[in-house]
Amino acid sequence: MDLVLLLEQTLNGLQFGVMLFLIAAGLTLVFGIMDLVNLAHGSLVMIGAYLAATFTGWTDSFLIGLLLALPATFAVGIITEIVVLRTLYQRDHLDQVLATFGLILFFNEGVRLIWGPVSLYSDLPSYLSGHVEFIPGAPYPVFRLVIIGIGLAVALLLYLIVAHTRLGMLIRAGASNREMVGALGVDVRRLFMLVFGLGATFAGLAGMMLGPLTSVQPGMGEPLLILAFVVIIIGGIGSIRGAFVASLLAGLLDTIGRVFLPDLLRTFLNDAAADTAGPALAQVLIYLLMAGVLIVRPRGLFPAQSG
Amino acid sequence: MTRLQFRIALVLLLMFALVPPLGALFEQPFLSYFFARIMILGIAAVSLDLILGFGGMVSFGHAVYLGVGAYAVGVLSHHGIDNGFIQFPVAVLASGLAALAIGAMSIRTSGVYFIMITLAFAQMLYFLGISLEEYGGDDGMAINRSEFGGLIDLWDPMQFYYLVFGLLALFTYLAHRIVHSRFGMVLQGTRSNEQRMRAIGFPTYRYRVAAFTIAGVMCGVAGALLANWNEFVSPDYMHWTRSGEILIMVILGGIGTLVGALLGATGFLLLEEYLPDLMDLGAQGWGEHWMLLFGPLLILVVLFGRGGLYALLTRWAIRHG
Repeated sequence: MDLVLLLEQTLNGLQFGVMLFLIAAGLTLVFGIMDLVNLAHGSLVMIGAYLAATFTGWTDSFLIGLLLALPATFAVGIITEIVVLRTLYQRDHLDQVLATFGLILFFNEGVRLIWGPVSLYSDLPSYLSGHVEFIPGAPYPVFRLVIIGIGLAVALLLYLIVAHTRLGMLIRAGASNREMVGALGVDVRRLFMLVFGLGATFAGLAGMMLGPLTSVQPGMGEPLLILAFVVIIIGGIGSIRGAFVASLLAGLLDTIGRVFLPDLLRTFLNDAAADTAGPALAQVLIYLLMAGVLIVRPRGLFPAQSG
Repeated sequence: MTRLQFRIALVLLLMFALVPPLGALFEQPFLSYFFARIMILGIAAVSLDLILGFGGMVSFGHAVYLGVGAYAVGVLSHHGIDNGFIQFPVAVLASGLAALAIGAMSIRTSGVYFIMITLAFAQMLYFLGISLEEYGGDDGMAINRSEFGGLIDLWDPMQFYYLVFGLLALFTYLAHRIVHSRFGMVLQGTRSNEQRMRAIGFPTYRYRVAAFTIAGVMCGVAGALLANWNEFVSPDYMHWTRSGEILIMVILGGIGTLVGALLGATGFLLLEEYLPDLMDLGAQGWGEHWMLLFGPLLILVVLFGRGGLYALLTRWAIRHG
């Protein structure tokens, strides 16, 4: 195994992992505290990406575009919560799955209507598009490092909020026993709205980071959404710590698996079989991880819910 | 089955039976082509209703069995075996085994974990389909329709249509019999209170896995039919949005009524087909954005349409005697 390649792929895996964490963090909070399965969380990733691309185009500055898009995504999240999701908290999961599925259709089509069906490509500013060579012989894109940095910063911020503020205390209390928090006189409606907006903003941020890496197009958040669900199941629903550990685990496993699994299999199987089985197995590694974790720990690695 | 339910089923089946002659009369051959698809997905919806409506199992990966059934036909056809008498039993066996394996693992979990783990397994098989370069990978592959030794000719639209019709009637009847058998009663018991059923001595896990497998097999046959109908197989059959669509059909029609699943499949596909035209009538050029209306419509059905089309129909029927 090539050490430089391994290092490079570890960084790629880390970058993918923190991206997953940005999406999973909001999802696990909404799921854990409000008991809401929100399939439309991926749409917020997409909306964040579109808003950032648009604002960047208007202001000619990636940074200002980003700073404008964050509150805008927050607003979209709040509006969605008030108009649709608020009525769904009391419904069973099946209803939530279907209604938010409807939301996905609406958002995808809405985006197509406003921005057109063609993918948007946004260029990075020069200070982000370069490479640094801190692994000898393997220049690494600056932007990916920035993503890792932002992801870790968000994780730290969330940790500080959850562990050291009053809001965080309520979030923790809500995740472990929802009714009790309400019974103790907390304005649950406002708490839910805030948490949802927070989650939406993080999802949007993930989209904003993803935009320059790939392309901005309708439905871009959906593949990530399903992975984010897998991640929060692995981590334990409602647990930020679980989401963080599981995201990094899943990101690293997926990225490194894709690169090294075919080679690894070649040591057991003949070349032809390894070439077919390798990519197939690499694609499903994350799902295998989830099945494995659920068999050993049916409620995930760090279960937040009490009883 | 109440008499009303029976009558709705009868009217619906009669309607399906009359589509080809009516289509011929009004020179709309597209109609029977379209309704064959409705009936095929109707089988899938009925099979999901069997476990969702009566077993309380919210499978978010039901389209996987469509895919397994379709690939069974497709892979055999790819290797030159076009004989339907081999293809269909293989489709049954493959989808049954897939459902048995997935069910055996998923049914250990419950609630939202069940929803997510069935989705995860569906994603696994979806990606497996994509990685099968031999069978077209991402793009899928074109296939020949099954041959039944001259007994049934699937290339003849009429014969294909009535084969699907026959299977739909058979499976709906079968599902009805299952639901009202002792087995079905136990299944419904596990939906209401699994612990209690276990406490009075039923091996609930085995019952649920069995029901899950039966539903998988039915859906697998629908998949084999769908592959024939499209003359095409691709991983898209197993895409998670398709699992969502089958779920929506069941909800739209009314959970736990079987007939409702058929109503739901019909309603869903009719909407999908004609909503764009309707919107174009209202405002020219908006037809291509039909999902802008379809999404909120779905939300409204979930929020206010308790019992779905089936409940709507029964209320109407009761009011009009």
